Amino acid sequence: MKEDRQHSDEFHERHERIWLMFLPPFIWAVHLLACYLTAAIWCAKHVGMESGFMTVRVAIGVYTAVAVAVMGWFGWIGFRRHRHLSQDLSPDDDTPLDRYRFLGLATFLLSALSIIATLFVAAVALFIGNCD
Amino acid sequence: MESLPATTNSAANSESEPEIAPSAARLLKAWETPRGWRYWSAVNNSEVGLWYTVTSFAFFLFGGVLALLMRIQLAVPGNTFLTADQYNQIFTMHGSVMMFLFAVPIFEAFSIMVLPEMLGARDLPFPRLSAYGYFSFLIGGIFVCGSLFFGAAPKGGWFMYPPLTSAFQDGVGADIWLLGLTFIEIASIAAAIELIVGVLKCRPPGMRINLIPLYCWYILVVAGMILFAFPPLIAGDILLEMERAFDWPFFDPKRGGDPVLWQHLFWIFGHPEVYIVFLPSIALMAMMIPTFARTPMVGYSWVVLSAVGTGFLSFGLWVHHMFTTGLPGISIGIFSAASQAVAIPTGVQIFCFLATLTAGNVKRSVCLLFIFAGLATFIIGGLTGVMVAVAPFDFQAHDTFFIVGHLHYVLIGGTIFPIMAAFYYFFPLVTGKQLSERVGTIVFWLVLIGFNVAFFPMHILGLLGMPRRVFTYPAGMGLDLWNLISSIGAFVLAAGFVVFLIDVFRPRRQQALSERNPWQAGTLEWLAEMPDQPWGVRSIPVINSRYPLWEQPGFVNDVDEARFYLPDAEEGKRETIVSSVIDATPIQCLRVGGPTFLTFFAALFTGGFFIFATYHWWWPAILSGVIACGVILRWVWTGTAWIPEKENKDVGLGVSLPLYLSGPQAVGWWAMFITMTADVTAFMSLVFGYFFYWTIHDDYPPEPLPGPGVFWPVTGMLLLLVAYGLTLLARHWNRRDFGARFYLLLSLAALFTVGGTGALLAGPWLTGLDPTEHVYPAVVWVLVGWTALHAVLGVVMQLYCLARRAAGRMTARYDADIVNVALYWHFLALTVVITVGVIAGFPSVS
Ligand code: HEM
Ligand SMILES: [Cu+2]
Repeated sequence: MKEDRQHSDEFHERHERIWLMFLPPFIWAVHLLACYLTAAIWCAKHVGMESGFMTVRVAIGVYTAVAVAVMGWFGWIGFRRHRHLSQDLSPDDDTPLDRYRFLGLATFLLSALSIIATLFVAAVALFIGNCD
Repeated sequence: MESLPATTNSAANSESEPEIAPSAARLLKAWETPRGWRYWSAVNNSEVGLWYTVTSFAFFLFGGVLALLMRIQLAVPGNTFLTADQYNQIFTMHGSVMMFLFAVPIFEAFSIMVLPEMLGARDLPFPRLSAYGYFSFLIGGIFVCGSLFFGAAPKGGWFMYPPLTSAFQDGVGADIWLLGLTFIEIASIAAAIELIVGVLKCRPPGMRINLIPLYCWYILVVAGMILFAFPPLIAGDILLEMERAFDWPFFDPKRGGDPVLWQHLFWIFGHPEVYIVFLPSIALMAMMIPTFARTPMVGYSWVVLSAVGTGFLSFGLWVHHMFTTGLPGISIGIFSAASQAVAIPTGVQIFCFLATLTAGNVKRSVCLLFIFAGLATFIIGGLTGVMVAVAPFDFQAHDTFFIVGHLHYVLIGGTIFPIMAAFYYFFPLVTGKQLSERVGTIVFWLVLIGFNVAFFPMHILGLLGMPRRVFTYPAGMGLDLWNLISSIGAFVLAAGFVVFLIDVFRPRRQQALSERNPWQAGTLEWLAEMPDQPWGVRSIPVINSRYPLWEQPGFVNDVDEARFYLPDAEEGKRETIVSSVIDATPIQCLRVGGPTFLTFFAALFTGGFFIFATYHWWWPAILSGVIACGVILRWVWTGTAWIPEKENKDVGLGVSLPLYLSGPQAVGWWAMFITMTADVTAFMSLVFGYFFYWTIHDDYPPEPLPGPGVFWPVTGMLLLLVAYGLTLLARHWNRRDFGARFYLLLSLAALFTVGGTGALLAGPWLTGLDPTEHVYPAVVWVLVGWTALHAVLGVVMQLYCLARRAAGRMTARYDADIVNVALYWHFLALTVVITVGVIAGFPSVS
């Protein structure tokens, strides 16, 4: 208790940005749309250009690298916040520190899920090499 | 844990009335439910929520009767019970009623009813908005269902694919679907706004974001999904209705349109819809399971993760309904992969539930039976779902009865069973009495057996090749027996519901009241007394745990003895506490609206607009729309942003809170923000349409069509941006209390807005774009029309603020009106810039 009184300003809600936890899944959505639109527009506009499809695969590769890097970074921030000042797993109490650690955990878990989902989508580009 | 002895009826109540504390009497008086015919002017969440729930359940029964008619028809080969045309109307109405009039509304209805109780709040922030939403839903629902009795119902299937519904169906059926359901979708969005603001801003002091009941997380997720899923459908409805009513060729390939655009817009809504329907049921389980396991939910954070994760991922799946439209393999692959990923969070939730059930010692009850049945059925439905998400299998099963079997396992397992469980669980909260466990067990077995007998054979029928949506089939193809079995099952299922209804509606005068908190739950809604009082809670408590009734000693007593916040209503006004989003620190004592008929009339005339428009009676439609606007203006004028008689109010425990807030702390600001998010989503769907047509045409904008040009659109944009700047300045000078400057700038702003709107419309008008000629002019006109309509609304708001200040209802200190209007204008400016960038900018770069 003493400890979090000390930190009570550090964990004040005005420093908290709750939408940060929604950013990783948001990036997943942007990545999905980018892949889909790139492929769809390419296939609609360059019908029959088999050889050029490599461009699409490379583009998807680049999107994926960027997306995973950003999400990984968020995940790491979340993880560090969750481990802040305490090792136990579940932040279930009513102190500002618990809320801080809970939001960290939520960000971390959502990043992990988003990374998995992103890789799922990216894997498709590995297996499919043309427009039909 | 405190539990009061069950008191018997009214006699005891009237005796104790004289002893009631003066503060409690004042509180009761402020929250009193109107009597007699005025009862229908009530806006309190407990009344509106109850009407809403009962109405949506009634629509469920209606949809169920339609299902039985279909099963009678299909029971034997070559049956003539229904004609093909009747069958088409009935399956369309069955699907539409179940999805739009039952599954989504019942979640919102039920949440409106219990959310304040879960938060220990007196009411939701906008009770009148809930009432408006309810009446819109009621009127729209009756209109849509009523069409069936005149043989005029829609018959294009619940997803209304054009060109079937544009070029090949005369009559008003499809119009009824498009306009009636748009009306209902608007009501759904209204309720979603109410619920989001409720969860974010009306929590009891101390209920930090990591302590809110899991149900509230699901409300946030589902209501958020409604905000992003319904607008694309509304955009699609607009396009299709424009084609039907005015021959704008959005889906007509001969003039450059494409029916696939409808499929995109529909399924961007339609797949999330499945989760919008199913997550609330998971939410109900998340409330009931800890109670029956007598232990907190295992893995709170993990459940939150899966709720949020499912909400997001479910938007990435829409294309899997379009696998058979000839998309490129890579697109199919991308969405197939995304469809498999959503299984992860879904699995996590179910795993947490099972872990909770095994961690605690479970108490047997009908609720729990339904929960188990729901989980099992849903898992089976999920498995067949993963099967059809695999593209090659879908090519095979698409449009057969296999799909019908699959979707009912998901929908009935995922929604109906948990909802039945919730009926048993929450019944005492609403009526003060319990449902019978003995009858409940019979209901359960009838429903479970009937359901499986009805729907399992459909998978086999599908694999045998029976298509869905056919009104009959020839004998001797191996389909006869399975169909007969399925129909018998449907009637057993129906029998279960009949027994259930008898138990619900039988008179209960004799039955003793239930004890308080009959299931010994740990969450706030079970503070309710039996029968419940209109005030919600006696005093608004301070929370420091997830299950206060279990973990905070003496809690119920402290609430009852008014030891917490707002135990009184000194001024006789309806008040509740508004708190901060993250840590729920109290920041305002909010006064909410009381009973009124305005909301009813507002809904009636809004409905009139949509209903007359269905029949293309334009003048009555416009008249009705204008009256609706008038009523809504009156409601907003008299019912929002009241200037309080004093700055602060003492809410108890030595805390004094402001009575008026404006800007991002205020609930009204949040409502505007959320509404505009949905609005921009609809707009972006139209912009998506513009670019969609670009992808399918080599020549776009098509050569001989001159397009709106650059001059007029850019002029319009500049004028509107000046108006935007002036509006912001007016807000500034109002705050400084420079009245003259405020009036001058805002009047100028209104003039500029009118001018800008005219210039914007002049673009396509003067360049002679004819929207019936080709899809390009049509889509330009739609974008311009949308923007112009919003600009007109912007003028109305500017004039409103002028009038407010002149009438002394807005001042330098009490400036919520102009602050919210400025917020609206941020979004309007964005819309203008995008519209002009697209219609004037894109043709010059492409
Ligand atoms: C209560 C028992 C129910 C029965 C016996 C039943 C029966 C049926 C049948 C036989 C069909 C197929 C019509 C055809 O393709 O020829 C169907 C379609 C459908 N049902 Fe149900 N149903 C029931 C409950 C529900 C529920 C609770 C929901 C949703 C929450 C639902 C949603 C749908 C939808 C969306 C369709 C597709 C309609 C279309 O093809 O346009 N049903 N139902
Ligand atoms: Cu789907």
